Amino acid sequence: MWSSEPEVAMWRDARLVALKDLQIEWRSRTTFSQVVPFAGLVLVLFGFALDANRPVLERATSGLFWVTVLFVSNLAVQRSTSIETTDGARRALLLAGIEPASVYVGKAVAVAVQLLLVEMLLVGGVIVLYGAEIQDWPLLIATCVVATAGIAGAGTLLGALVAGVRARETVLPVLLLPVLAPVLIGATRAFDDALGSVAVDGWAWLGLLAGFGAINVVLGALAYGVLLEET
Amino acid sequence: MALLGQFPALAGVDLEIGPREVVLLQGPNGAGKSSLLRLCAGLLRPESGDATILGIDLAVNRAAVRRSVGLLGHDTALYDDLSVIENLRFWAEVSRVDPNAVLPALARLGVQSRLNDVAVRHLSAGQRRRVALAAVVVRRPQLWLLDEPHAGLDQAGRDLIDQLIRDAAKAGATVILASHELDRTVDLATRHLTVAGGTITRDVVVGAGGSDVA
Repeated sequence: MWSSEPEVAMWRDARLVALKDLQIEWRSRTTFSQVVPFAGLVLVLFGFALDANRPVLERATSGLFWVTVLFVSNLAVQRSTSIETTDGARRALLLAGIEPASVYVGKAVAVAVQLLLVEMLLVGGVIVLYGAEIQDWPLLIATCVVATAGIAGAGTLLGALVAGVRARETVLPVLLLPVLAPVLIGATRAFDDALGSVAVDGWAWLGLLAGFGAINVVLGALAYGVLLEET
Repeated sequence: MALLGQFPALAGVDLEIGPREVVLLQGPNGAGKSSLLRLCAGLLRPESGDATILGIDLAVNRAAVRRSVGLLGHDTALYDDLSVIENLRFWAEVSRVDPNAVLPALARLGVQSRLNDVAVRHLSAGQRRRVALAAVVVRRPQLWLLDEPHAGLDQAGRDLIDQLIRDAAKAGATVILASHELDRTVDLATRHLTVAGGTITRDVVVGAGGSDVA
């Protein structure tokens, strides 16, 4: 009934965990009722702050977009972590005998899907509110996907690291935001190219982002088991 | 010896438990009952000494031990926003047990079928406890580890738990339960262990007399 191949079982378990987390998000509507309004509000407030100087707003659009995404990622990771810590589900995952790497991949995928949905809305937001014009859609989409993988990978790992900390709501952003600084820099440069606001080679920055994302995901898959056991 | 954080949770426990035994752990709060259950579940690592659970060396293969036990702790490990059925199907699937066992297990625990599609957040504490126990039943464990299994249950629920424990032992499983409800559990157990200060101070096999260990 179940495949005995460890690799197949790992992906199957990762899919189960991801679907479970997304199902919980769909039921609780946290992403739509709290995270999306928060992201929209941040975008609007940045617009208010810089609207008097329109050229600055246009040049800063990419950075504002990704700063907003980082704020949102903090909320998404907090939520993803609390799903497992609220009623002892982390311990039950250990008892189920599921590979920690499967839990990690599943939870990271669920966070990434939510972030990508929010990013889609934010792209619409910067077009409407900031008057941004997309010059290179493939680069923009690729940047979102690759940067989001890096954010979700690092966020899920750090979420597990602070899971046992009493003040994890405040500790997580202190750890997460500096770790995601390379994503902010790389994704902003790549977006600058996609929006045509600054003359840079966006695809080269995308390569750097991919490298960062790969390191995060591999490190996370290896370290998550230790954190699951110890926290 | 096993550590909880940096503090010794268990020290000097020398214990052998066989199949079909129903073992009652009794003792004051903080005595080490829950730690002993967690050690048996493979959730605590012995810092020194040997521990073999169901024939598996805990130091060598904790994952195999975990897959073979059913633990009901103070938490229910249920996701509030999922329904009863969704919760149990998820745990069945990741535990590699037949999801078709979910409905019979819920029926056995007296969870009314109208609650199957209700989000767990809407259940009472007693109903949650029954669903959590159903999750243990679905796993068909060889070793049942129950921490205060009667807590939060009504009279009918308590009777169900007792029957469940008797049936599990009859089927060849081992049951270890920690409880303060001695009036109920003393008759249920075939062996009484008194835990104090992280060690076993008294070991009584029902019908065979008792012995002070420490």
